[in-house]
Amino acid sequence: MSASLALNGRIVPLDARPDRTLLDWLRVDKHMTGTKEGCAEGDCGACTVLVRGSDGRLLPANACILLTGQVIGRDVVTIEGLSENGPQPLQTLMAENGSSQCGFCTPGIVMALAALGQRSEEPDIDDLHDALAGNLCRCTGYRPIVDAALQAPACVLPEASGEADAPEICESGGSIVHLPRTLADLLRLRAEHPGAVMIGGGTDLNLRVAQGGERFDAMISTARVREMTGVEVEEKAFVIGGAASLEQVLAAVEEDYPSFATLLRRFGSSQIRSQATIGGNLCTASPIGDSGPALIALDAVVTIASAERGEREVAAEDFFLDYRKPDLAPDEVLVSVRVARNEPNRHFRVYKLAKRYDQDISTVCCAIDASLEDERVSRARIAYGGMAATPKRCEAAEAAFEGKPLDIAAAREAARAVGAAFSPLDDLRGSGAYRLRAAGALLERFAREIGRSETVEVMAL
Amino acid sequence: MNVHRPIEPRAHVGKGVAHDSGLKHVTGAAVYIDDLPELPGTLHAALVLSPVAKGRLASVDVSAARAMEGVVDVVLAADVTGHNDVGPILRGEPIFADGEVLHIGQVVAAVAADTIERAHAAARLVAMDIEPVEPVLDVDTAHARRDYVSDPQVLEQGDGAAALDGAPHRLKGRLNIGGQDHFYLETQIAYAVPGEDGELLVHSSTQHPSEVQHHVALALGLPASAVEVRVRRMGGAFGGKESQATGIACIAALLAERNGRPVKLRLRRAEDMAATGKRHDMGIAWEAGFDGRGRLAGVAMEFLARAGHVADLSPPVITRAISHADNCYHLPSAILRGYTCRTNTVSNTAFRGFGGPQGMIAIENLIDAVARHLRRDPNEVRAVNFYAAATGEETPYGQRVEDNRIDEVVERVMQAAGWIERRRAIDAHNAADPVIRRGLALMPAKFGISFNLPSLNQAGALVHVYLDGSVHLNHGGTEMGQGLFIKVAQVVAEAFQIPLEWVRITPTSTAKVPNTSATAASTGSDLNGMAALIAAGEIRDRMTDVAARHLDAEREAIAFRDGHVYAGNASLSFPELARLCWAERVSLSAAGHYKTPKIHWDPKRMKGRPFFYFTYGAAVAEVAIDTLTGETRCLRADIVQDLGFPLNPAVDLGQIEGGFVQGMGWLTSEELWWDSEGRLRTVGPSTYKIPGSRDAPREFNVTILDDVPNREETVYRSKAVGEPPLMLAISVWLAIKDAIGSIAPGRPVPLDAPATPERVLFAVDAVRGVAD
Repeated sequence: MSASLALNGRIVPLDARPDRTLLDWLRVDKHMTGTKEGCAEGDCGACTVLVRGSDGRLLPANACILLTGQVIGRDVVTIEGLSENGPQPLQTLMAENGSSQCGFCTPGIVMALAALGQRSEEPDIDDLHDALAGNLCRCTGYRPIVDAALQAPACVLPEASGEADAPEICESGGSIVHLPRTLADLLRLRAEHPGAVMIGGGTDLNLRVAQGGERFDAMISTARVREMTGVEVEEKAFVIGGAASLEQVLAAVEEDYPSFATLLRRFGSSQIRSQATIGGNLCTASPIGDSGPALIALDAVVTIASAERGEREVAAEDFFLDYRKPDLAPDEVLVSVRVARNEPNRHFRVYKLAKRYDQDISTVCCAIDASLEDERVSRARIAYGGMAATPKRCEAAEAAFEGKPLDIAAAREAARAVGAAFSPLDDLRGSGAYRLRAAGALLERFAREIGRSETVEVMAL
Repeated sequence: MNVHRPIEPRAHVGKGVAHDSGLKHVTGAAVYIDDLPELPGTLHAALVLSPVAKGRLASVDVSAARAMEGVVDVVLAADVTGHNDVGPILRGEPIFADGEVLHIGQVVAAVAADTIERAHAAARLVAMDIEPVEPVLDVDTAHARRDYVSDPQVLEQGDGAAALDGAPHRLKGRLNIGGQDHFYLETQIAYAVPGEDGELLVHSSTQHPSEVQHHVALALGLPASAVEVRVRRMGGAFGGKESQATGIACIAALLAERNGRPVKLRLRRAEDMAATGKRHDMGIAWEAGFDGRGRLAGVAMEFLARAGHVADLSPPVITRAISHADNCYHLPSAILRGYTCRTNTVSNTAFRGFGGPQGMIAIENLIDAVARHLRRDPNEVRAVNFYAAATGEETPYGQRVEDNRIDEVVERVMQAAGWIERRRAIDAHNAADPVIRRGLALMPAKFGISFNLPSLNQAGALVHVYLDGSVHLNHGGTEMGQGLFIKVAQVVAEAFQIPLEWVRITPTSTAKVPNTSATAASTGSDLNGMAALIAAGEIRDRMTDVAARHLDAEREAIAFRDGHVYAGNASLSFPELARLCWAERVSLSAAGHYKTPKIHWDPKRMKGRPFFYFTYGAAVAEVAIDTLTGETRCLRADIVQDLGFPLNPAVDLGQIEGGFVQGMGWLTSEELWWDSEGRLRTVGPSTYKIPGSRDAPREFNVTILDDVPNREETVYRSKAVGEPPLMLAISVWLAIKDAIGSIAPGRPVPLDAPATPERVLFAVDAVRGVAD
């Protein structure tokens, strides 16, 4: 049951409780203080480290909401490892170009840019903004960071000197994590340990540890389950494993549904996307989880399984029973999500409104899938997030479009239907009045974008 | 594209030298307080915060917390042996709530345990018995009750009422401006280490070590000499660690002293945002009387600032707000009133600009409204009201505007921005009535440099030259990322004409330089640079005497250059000269002290010359807005900034860009949101949205004016830079108004700040005349 990880290339035993955050383990237990805590909620990026993903690349992750139990057997690189042989050209350029002022966010920014360097030899400005979407700097205004990154060659990353031990079960200090490799084992464990928490990427769940001081005495991880970790691209459909990361989903769907890919980029930074799973996002059943409305509009079907009753299917639309309540029995696991491939004359858009473009929770999220025949809308699916206790379809708005040309008049009629269908709440992200007003307006945006080919978003400028 | 030119050849000053800690920042080697190796026996503290906005604190039950494994101590108000008070100006601002709670997030108790996890777990077990009382949560209620944390302030010039009455046009309105969390990346932290004989070393992430020292001593009943406060660097501060670090340090010190063990108190982000103050949100009622060209005859403004539960720094914040409500405009008659409204929310505090931004946005909003009303170009209305360059007109507080560069920065920025062509192109675009509308706006800015209170404008420095020629530099200023340490090091290297690397930058310590002011009000390099220059100059004078004797030359013939001293062809290396000084028993150490000349202030009459000088800047911003959703984006910003002869244009450029983006955040995406019970619900980056990299202007051009020495005798004729650029971001907010206004020219644009998508969309609706 001994577990280890490759830390900056060297195999290091993992002796902490598996529910200890990687950040605390690094800073407190290992005295490696280059990785900083800025928020402990995965939003500022000061704690960014690299963790090797299933595709072999080192991906950025927020150490503050990553548990040591999640990095068993994996490669982890910190700012100390990156700088082991002196500053790399990126770092020197940043130091010389005023890319740091107070310097507290800087190690995390360096790590995020080091991760980008593996993905793209010559990143453009959009790649950089995407890579930095999970990093906040309060001092510089970012220009000198972006400038240095545009000039810098990719960083050299430490290679692991051996294989870390990756047992299927790991226990320390009264906390246990199960890391099954097959669906059968996962379902069995799920049935045997109803009190254990299910952990995918943990980007939502682990806030309970990092923010709430909760401890998980038993965890079951989906991260290694063979049947759940990839995205299968079939002729007619994508079959997205419940444990597939949002980064994997993004890569898979980008060509068919670029708007979905943009949504994924916006709703989670690269640090979040590398860890967060589609299953986790759906099973939190949050009214503001952005994949919900998109998958409802796409008529996705969710496959659920238990050891006792085998598999069953449920439409994404029916999966959200109530506020944070998914259609999932205590012994069940979300195995996969099936999404149809795109077809000619079908137009899918998902629009997200928030106070900030990147890495913000939606005030309103609106997904629309419309098919056109003879310049009329033959079929429409419209779903919203942020408008009710669950992500929700709006049949009345769909009906307002169907059979009509995709024009502003139809959109405004649909908007009126939205106004009658929802009564959203006032909260810190916006008033109910704004949500209603904007939810309807997004239908007009769709009509303008698809029907009239207008530029409809300020970020497109 | 960024433009600056070195002014005159100097060895160090005026060069764009990189931040001294840059390489340490990028490699993770820079040490912040939480990174210090923990001494054996270190305890970790956690706070217990009030869950009620206002109420009588009947009792606090700490028994369960005390009983928890690992818990060593729990402290309450009654355990403070000295003064339970950290008021920076007024008294009655408790470290721990005593008998009553006054806002959600107020510190009631603190727990010390062997691990931070246990400290937090125990803190959750502390039970508070609070009898709730109806809280006051908004400025209007407090104002109606005349409940303020300090006396109302009035700044008057001429006969404001008569001028309003006699003006051909009159207009009035109300503008609500949101507050702003500092969101320094490093949360508040202190690490207190007890020593011998009641001594304490306190590592505090503070802009004001002397105030921390003073209050720790008062709280513990110690002489100030027993307490040393030290800070090498902060992970950002922006005013949020001017007074707010003090209570944190006092709690760590109290627990350390009681238990004889080192104690670390680091706030978690949500605690930090709940328990510490922010930029004041304000409601501003305004009225203007003007002629047909928009020339202002009379202006009346009433600033209702949300002070929060105690005064903290609210009185001087409101002073700066009303003394910057003129911005660049001569107001022949004005009545400017400021109220520090007492509310049951966390006490607001210093934040970059210190009231200046609120004062300046108020007058810009007024000018904008006047221009719309008259259907004139806002820039023409600005121009007819600018302080005249020639006559040296007086501000409402009686200071002559002597070094006026308003016209210069405005002309330069209009040219750099290509205003005329872009205005035309934007108008043409908007005339086609598209969904995405564009806006363009100018923001000129004049900002007064010095603390309003003259006595704060002093600083000290300590310089030692060692026998190998290396130099130890210490001063009262603190490093929060703004590059103060490198600038002062450049000044000292310049004074001695030695390589910059010979100057050792050292942590700020109250044991080395006593009785300092906060590093604030943009004065860091003005004050500490000058103090260090005085100290270095004193040593250089003594070294000159020794060199003159050894080189057999007149004093006047001695020149310091390139790490040597020369007299004609003869020379000594700087280290050789240092050794000669030692041999001759000449001191190579000096303490420099500097006080800003010329300033005076009568707080009763609100008249005087509070500012040594003004800085000037101007910005043009272009935005796009989505009239369907209210989303906005800044497409381009051009800035021209006056910095005198800048000490370090590279560092200053960072201050300009960073300040501007921070100001954009204040006015667009950063929204503090309280629920009906007075609980701040935006207490982390997931809910409180500071700008990200994509939010910076897509095109961003900064020009630092060259060849413009400060007319006042500042350090190497430089000017301050920390705060002024933040106000230039008002251009973005004005450009959003311009875009909204394009829908129906002539109509008022009712836009409050921050201009979130929601506010923008409802302003669009209002301008369109859509009834909701």
